Amino acid sequence: MNTTSLKNFLVSFSGIAVLLFLYFPLVVIVLFSFNADTVNSFPIQHFSLKWYSVLFRDDELLQSIGTSISIALISTAVALLIGIPAAYAMHKYDFKGKKLIDKIVLMPITLPGIVTGVAMLSFFPFVGVKISLTAVTFGHITFLCAIVVTQMLARFKRLDPYLEQAAYDLGATPSATFFKVILPNIKTAIIGCVLLCLVLSMDEIPVTFFLIAGNNTLPLEIYAMMRRGITPEVNAISTLIFIFSTTAILLSMRLNKEK
Amino acid sequence: MSILIIKNADKFYGKNHVVKSLNLEVDDSEFLTILGPSGCGKTTTLRMIAGFETPDKGSIILKGEDITYLPPYKRHVNTVFQNYALFPNMNVSENIAFGLQQQKKDKATVDKKVTEMLAMVRMSNFAKRKPAELSGGQQQRVAIARAVANNPAILLLDEPLGALDLKLRKQMQFELKSLQQQLNYTFIYVTHDQEEALTMSDRIAVMNEGVIDQLGTPEEIYNSPSTEFVAGFIGDINKLSGKVTAQNELVCNGQNIIANTKNIPNGKEAKIFLRPENIFITQSNNGIPGKILQTVFAGTHTKLEIQLSDGNIVHINEPVNSERRYTHGDSIHLEVKQHTAIIFE
Ligand SMILES: Nc1ncnc2c1ncn2[C@@H]1O[C@H](COP(=O)(O)OP(=O)(O)O)[C@@H](O)[C@H]1O
Ligand SMILES: [Mg+2]
Repeated sequence: MNTTSLKNFLVSFSGIAVLLFLYFPLVVIVLFSFNADTVNSFPIQHFSLKWYSVLFRDDELLQSIGTSISIALISTAVALLIGIPAAYAMHKYDFKGKKLIDKIVLMPITLPGIVTGVAMLSFFPFVGVKISLTAVTFGHITFLCAIVVTQMLARFKRLDPYLEQAAYDLGATPSATFFKVILPNIKTAIIGCVLLCLVLSMDEIPVTFFLIAGNNTLPLEIYAMMRRGITPEVNAISTLIFIFSTTAILLSMRLNKEK
Repeated sequence: MSILIIKNADKFYGKNHVVKSLNLEVDDSEFLTILGPSGCGKTTTLRMIAGFETPDKGSIILKGEDITYLPPYKRHVNTVFQNYALFPNMNVSENIAFGLQQQKKDKATVDKKVTEMLAMVRMSNFAKRKPAELSGGQQQRVAIARAVANNPAILLLDEPLGALDLKLRKQMQFELKSLQQQLNYTFIYVTHDQEEALTMSDRIAVMNEGVIDQLGTPEEIYNSPSTEFVAGFIGDINKLSGKVTAQNELVCNGQNIIANTKNIPNGKEAKIFLRPENIFITQSNNGIPGKILQTVFAGTHTKLEIQLSDGNIVHINEPVNSERRYTHGDSIHLEVKQHTAIIFE
């Protein structure tokens, strides 16, 4: 073996090793979710969808899915209503402090979730929001806004600036221009953004953990189930979440790439 | 009558003085071209008329009304953008209908106008296509139809043919010119292409570094440029040097030339600008002596590069069917057509 092919071999070997390291646990979970036995052991003796049917009879789990979906839908909707106009304004107008906002807008995401969580935990009661699912929703809105603003700002920057001018030129007021020309042209980016927000909200633990009272969200419910040991039911729900998230993220990436 | 008056307009971008105390009066129904090199302030001027920029000083008056500070959507002018800026989410018909819908015209009126516009630019068969499914020339036509549909007092066009290939550009020049005559609209057309300006315009405003050097018909601009910049920018020209010997008389390489010397005093050095078509090779021996440096075949004529005795270089066009052929090194004499030289101090 000469040096080049050795180098190639090492590169592809380490690449595959990293992929294995990342995805092997996922593969195991997906496989075990179809295991009829209660004990996770190889080789799998009997394949079955038993755990999926157990899943759909677990009322607490189903309720937590409902809670998570409601929080995700509400916080995504509010984040869009705040984030899209904010991104549009940041794209369109030059104002004092724009550079600063540009830099700190991502803070809620880049800061460790635990910091944001603790901060909100002490701040929300201060402004009269009790620790509750409402507080969780506010918490999600905060970091989703950051996502929406950055994603939409990137889209606005790629938009042909002359489209807006052409609309004005033809007699469209700024609001008509926004709704008839700007919005339809960033539609796919918005859909992509929605998918991303839904996934991030459904998946969020640290902020939720600090603010929650009453019913669990899905990730916290799974966490609670795990304390009773890794049951095959957890494998099944993890597999479903994995499929849902991957599909949504891939779709979101595609839509955001579109012109 | 002037439909548009720009009075003493100044525009700064930071410290950059882009348009300098500009005055311009545009006549009703004329094809006026703003011509100048890239970066001289043409687009900025047009954008001030459209309302996308506000002059720092001066005013803009449309049909007697001061529109200097009116937002673009309240101005009765429309623009054809260089990149067309068609709305990608709308098809051809919807693009054309957009302006009319903003004016809250009823559907029947809009439909009728759209049909008419489609026919005007020969795009009726493409009404349902999206802009991305059209060629450059077709997008160009839609952009024109969309702007004209609003019945603007003035149509503004910023290098609208810049993105098209040469052949299509020539064809569109004709189409635009005949469209303007047929509609009897006022066009303000921006270009850096002097040939385009000469063939299309009723009048040309030659712009240089934020100032209009000369405003006149293509003939005036071509035959009697008022500044050296205009003389050099429009058409091919040769720069010679000589001396004024009397009112309207000069001497150049020992030969007398008769031309308008304006008020340059006797005995003064002068620059002599000559179009190639006004210099000929003469068979007699009393012309400006020179030597052929190069000959280049160019289809209908041969381009000759000639060095004069004082070292200046002259380019002339010799018809290919002339009896004599010239080659490198030939000694010849040149004759200048009287009253055609343009003289600057
Ligand atoms: N938005 C702007 N900000 C700063 N400088 C500009 C802007 N637009 C144009 N300029 C400058 O103004 C000058 C004139 O530009 P422009 O009017 O576009 O020229 P033209 O259309 O004749 O090529 C150029 O030097 C250009 O760099
Ligand atoms: Mg320009």
